[in-house]
Amino acid sequence: MSFTLNHLKSLESEAIYVIREAAAQFQNPAILFSGGKDSIAVTYLARKAFYPAPIPFPLLHIDTGNNFQETLDYRDKLVSKLDVRLIVASVQDSINQHRVTEEKGYNASRIRLQTTTLLDAIEKYKFDCCLGGARRDEEKARAKERFFSHRDEFGQWDPKNQRPELWNLFNGRMNVGENFRVFPISNWTELDVWQYMGMEKIELPSLYFSHRRRVFERDGVLLAESPFIPMKPNEVVEEQTVRFRTIGDITSTGATFSEASTVDEIINEVAATRVTERGGRADDKRSETSMEDRKKEGYF
Amino acid sequence: MTQGIFDSNSYMNMELLRFTTAGSVDDGKSTLIGRLLYDSKSIFEDQYENIKATSERRGENFVNLALLTDGLRAEREQGITIDVAYRYFSTPKRKFIIADTPGHIQYTRNMVTGASTANLAIILIDARNGVVEQTRRHSLIASLLGIQHLAVCINKMDLVDYSKEVFDNIVRDYREFASRLQAKDIQFIPISALNGDNVVSRSNNMPWFEGVTLLYLLETVYIAGDINHIDARFPVQYVIRPYNDEFHDYRGYAGRLSSGVLRPGDKVSILPSGFTTNIKAIEFDGKQLTEAYAPMSVTVLLEDDIDISRGDMIVRENNQPHISQDLEVMVCWMGDKPLQKNGKYAIKHTTKDARCVVKDIKYKLDISTLHRITDNPEINMNDIGRITVRTTAPLLYDAYTKNRETGAFIMIDEGTNVTVGACIILD
Repeated sequence: MSFTLNHLKSLESEAIYVIREAAAQFQNPAILFSGGKDSIAVTYLARKAFYPAPIPFPLLHIDTGNNFQETLDYRDKLVSKLDVRLIVASVQDSINQHRVTEEKGYNASRIRLQTTTLLDAIEKYKFDCCLGGARRDEEKARAKERFFSHRDEFGQWDPKNQRPELWNLFNGRMNVGENFRVFPISNWTELDVWQYMGMEKIELPSLYFSHRRRVFERDGVLLAESPFIPMKPNEVVEEQTVRFRTIGDITSTGATFSEASTVDEIINEVAATRVTERGGRADDKRSETSMEDRKKEGYF
Repeated sequence: MTQGIFDSNSYMNMELLRFTTAGSVDDGKSTLIGRLLYDSKSIFEDQYENIKATSERRGENFVNLALLTDGLRAEREQGITIDVAYRYFSTPKRKFIIADTPGHIQYTRNMVTGASTANLAIILIDARNGVVEQTRRHSLIASLLGIQHLAVCINKMDLVDYSKEVFDNIVRDYREFASRLQAKDIQFIPISALNGDNVVSRSNNMPWFEGVTLLYLLETVYIAGDINHIDARFPVQYVIRPYNDEFHDYRGYAGRLSSGVLRPGDKVSILPSGFTTNIKAIEFDGKQLTEAYAPMSVTVLLEDDIDISRGDMIVRENNQPHISQDLEVMVCWMGDKPLQKNGKYAIKHTTKDARCVVKDIKYKLDISTLHRITDNPEINMNDIGRITVRTTAPLLYDAYTKNRETGAFIMIDEGTNVTVGACIILD
């Protein structure tokens, strides 16, 4: 008799183990929910981890205000379906309270400002652990992350001095005022997430599937026409058949030309693609180590 | 990755192989991983363009594949790997998780981290230098951490004219040293990571080599037998109580099997209390399972209402782990300050938290010779030694050689909360 789990079942079991470990080791965790497929995967995995009890922590959405409407609709539907509490922390509030200053210019983005809003929310709600959908295959700084990632009282990540993470023994001990980020799907790739979505028949935001949309190109990134993005005079908007590989703030999420309209078609597209999914993220193009720099400050 | 490989049936049957890489500084680990990713077409165009541009800016006259894994600013500046980097690739046969670990001595603790969950270790040797102290250290750590399969890659063969004699001498030196290791499956492969010889495709420069390429070995090495399917061990991780009308009396014990198999109806003991009962059901996501085996995460329901909490263990009545407060341990030390005799540390073992006191430091291992230093040994960062500890509560354990989950624990400095010791329980 063969007792073997395939790779998706192994990854699922590992993620659920990590989520349960977070629930057991921390007093007040939250799931960082962006409306993207990775945080959706974490939310569904949390549902499985505690079933038939409800998910024992709220979803925390750091809202830049520059959203796709489809993301908000999906979020609200999911919250009512899973009967989970939603907390929204808004970057606009941080701006109104003069905690941060809005960037100016054509490439202005609220991505960096999110960090302050997140750290303020962690303090306000006394979260000692935020579960996130970050994956190590996404980006080179994320490749160095632990499952249980320690943050000091300033929310900072110290990549050169991380705790060794041995076997499946996660050390969530900390001092008052510090907190942890926990990443249950660290070992998943983009393809794994899609295969899992297909296997589990999980409903996803429509933005991930091929649709007609008015878009324009800037610095090699295909951006959606939106009141949140000021256009340069020479930029031309055209209606195209596109989908989004990642979903974040509308100002920095690039679309790709795609005819893939089902999960199976997306799996085939992802398996054949030659560009990483964050290749379309304007926020990562700012410098070679922009993700590392943002993470050190306390970004997701 | 080409279209059509991942049709919905084949990816459902793919196995996962976790491997780690070890070698001295500049043995070319990151280059080897870059080569595996590049030649298996797992590098994306934008990643390749990015490292190509960086290589050119740095004045390197080749595309430096090491930049793929060295992601931190300090690593790129110094050209070394500081921390474990995790990389992923797949072939039609398997999906791979690589823990690329630093060779530099001050980061040896990260090698231990990478090795603790690996099925296989790649040990890199620079063909010009042969077996060096770091080779012995890394092989010892891999062996001690229970890695069954070692792929010893003699790298930079291009710099020794692809010489069979050089290769044979290193193999002989390594075997002599390795006879004292626990790892049983050791394969030797002459490679050039820089040029790709014997990494993914066979080398034309070494017709004398009759073995397989590294990728072929990774795709075919038999790992299904590495998990212990005999001793059922289910550490309780979390107790699920829904507190609603529909599931009013529901009390589920959530956890992941460390080893073995459990089925509904099995007669089980709850440790450490020793109460016995039967398994009423095994559930996952609301579905009833007919069996659960390691490493599945499930929820177990029992016939009788017994007081059970996190840290307890569900086992078969006729196959129980050891229970003791006094343990003989091999420790890999990772703390800045040396291990304190009579010092007290917090510990985490399976899902249980406890404390321990170090009763005795028996010896420290001389990594080069494997000799035991018994004369007042001080165990510093990156040292490996044999100690005796007494714990505040009895641990439910098996020897590490039989069970990598129940045979291991970590020591934590109670002042700084930092993980300072990786502990392997001996018989």
